[in-house]
Amino acid sequence: MLALEHLSKTYADGTRALSDINLTVHEGEIVSLIGGSGCGKTTLLRLIAGLDRASAGRIRLDDEVLTGPHPAVGIVFQEPRLLPWLSVSDNIAFGLDGVGAAEKKARVSHALSKVGLIEHADRWPRDLSGGQQQRVSIARAFVTNPKVLLLDEPFSALDAFTRASLHEHLLGLWEETRPTVVLVTHDVQEAVTLADRAIVMQPKPGRILDELPLTLSRPRDRTGLPFETSVRRILTALDHSLKAPQLQPQRERDRQAAALWW
Amino acid sequence: MTGQATSNAWSSHEGAAALAAPALTEKRRAFDWRILLGFFLPIAVALLWEGAVALGLAQGRLVPPPSRIIATLWGLAQTGELWTHTWMTLWRVLVGFVIGAVAGIVLGALSGSSKTTRQLLDPTLQALRAIPSIAWVPLFILWLGIFEASKVALIAVGVFFPVYLGIAGAILSVDRKLVEVGHVFRLSRVQLARRILLPAVLPEAVIALRSGLGLGFMFVVAAEFMGASEGLGYLLVDGQQMGKPDQILAAIIAFALLGKIADSLLVAGTKPLVRWQDTVRERL
Repeated sequence: MLALEHLSKTYADGTRALSDINLTVHEGEIVSLIGGSGCGKTTLLRLIAGLDRASAGRIRLDDEVLTGPHPAVGIVFQEPRLLPWLSVSDNIAFGLDGVGAAEKKARVSHALSKVGLIEHADRWPRDLSGGQQQRVSIARAFVTNPKVLLLDEPFSALDAFTRASLHEHLLGLWEETRPTVVLVTHDVQEAVTLADRAIVMQPKPGRILDELPLTLSRPRDRTGLPFETSVRRILTALDHSLKAPQLQPQRERDRQAAALWW
Repeated sequence: MTGQATSNAWSSHEGAAALAAPALTEKRRAFDWRILLGFFLPIAVALLWEGAVALGLAQGRLVPPPSRIIATLWGLAQTGELWTHTWMTLWRVLVGFVIGAVAGIVLGALSGSSKTTRQLLDPTLQALRAIPSIAWVPLFILWLGIFEASKVALIAVGVFFPVYLGIAGAILSVDRKLVEVGHVFRLSRVQLARRILLPAVLPEAVIALRSGLGLGFMFVVAAEFMGASEGLGYLLVDGQQMGKPDQILAAIIAFALLGKIADSLLVAGTKPLVRWQDTVRERL
């Protein structure tokens, strides 16, 4: 279980990226963080990954408080971030340091076949298309068998067809070990396709506005009515998140009203 | 499920296309005869001059015709003088290059990898860099004598700065995003340096070493001007003092060949290290 408790992040320049985030993600659950740009989604993932430090609050994984990068937490970035000097299979094996050679090989080739790139094992990243590179990056994160997998808009740079095929690859890998997944996205369809729960966030400062359970059975039919309904519900919540004035605290509204008085 | 089927179809299609690609690029291209066009101008000028001297239109005393230069080179090679001088020059460049490059790599790495050491080292080194290296010559001769040590020191100074700047700059410009990948996999500082920083700086390091080597050849001439009895630079000075322009030109040609060969060897030797680079070079 991944628990975020009163998590806040204020950058050195005073920008409040996140304020008082409380969220519990159950084991094996796929949670999607959704919201407009600048609402701290990526910041939140970087905090969980241990790449940035929270200004306040803490992150717990089961009984452990996370203070930095943790072996049980994997991340797939927005860009593939493959190491250009390593072959595809060496890139996937990058995080498998303490693992014996034979097992390493077996795990890498299993991950490669799962993402459908087994015939590209010995090529350089530069020879792959953007979608293939992102598949390698997903395999690199999965191969260490993380308990928690963080996905930071990993499909946002890809076209709709590639994205759909990557959703399949991702769910295929997820089925095997069922890690907890936190998926950041701004694509409502993607959230409904993959997640068990959608967390709608609101900007300035980043905080959680609403939670919507997505209980559709898998595999999900993207053309069915329940899918459409869920998409609409999230869109409505997003609309609310952008109509900030109504939802701002009373005091803030009073202050603005005072400023507009004359 | 249809999604799974189509995704498989995509991946195999992509695979087929990607596998077909190298066959096309690796197809041997026909030899481009236009490459020889570059030889036209120098050969034409050489032949014209040769003809002018042969017909008595020019004296060719200060600007010897190509045949005389070749004859001089041949003569020097026959007596073995050419090899003694070449070997001497090469040895000086090599020792100076190794000393300067090692110092440049070590200090460049120190200055690039930590802000504290950079603030400690960089201002001093930048101030020293502002001094024209030849200005050190009198001091080096006083300190190290007129023999090999002062020459090698001068060459090492010349090689040091481009290597230092190149390495420090390369480390500073390593992509933060790749370093973060190392952080995510909890690499120690040493592992991070070995597995991410080192490979990432290699392409720029090679360029820094190449410009260092080029400067090494530049400074060996200066070093051999300051009182040498052997070396291609000595041949230049000797040619000037004895009024033998053909010997000067022969030494210049030897320098050109030597520099080009050394650079090519450096490039060939480091090529396996930077094979992965995604550069435009291979596609042109």
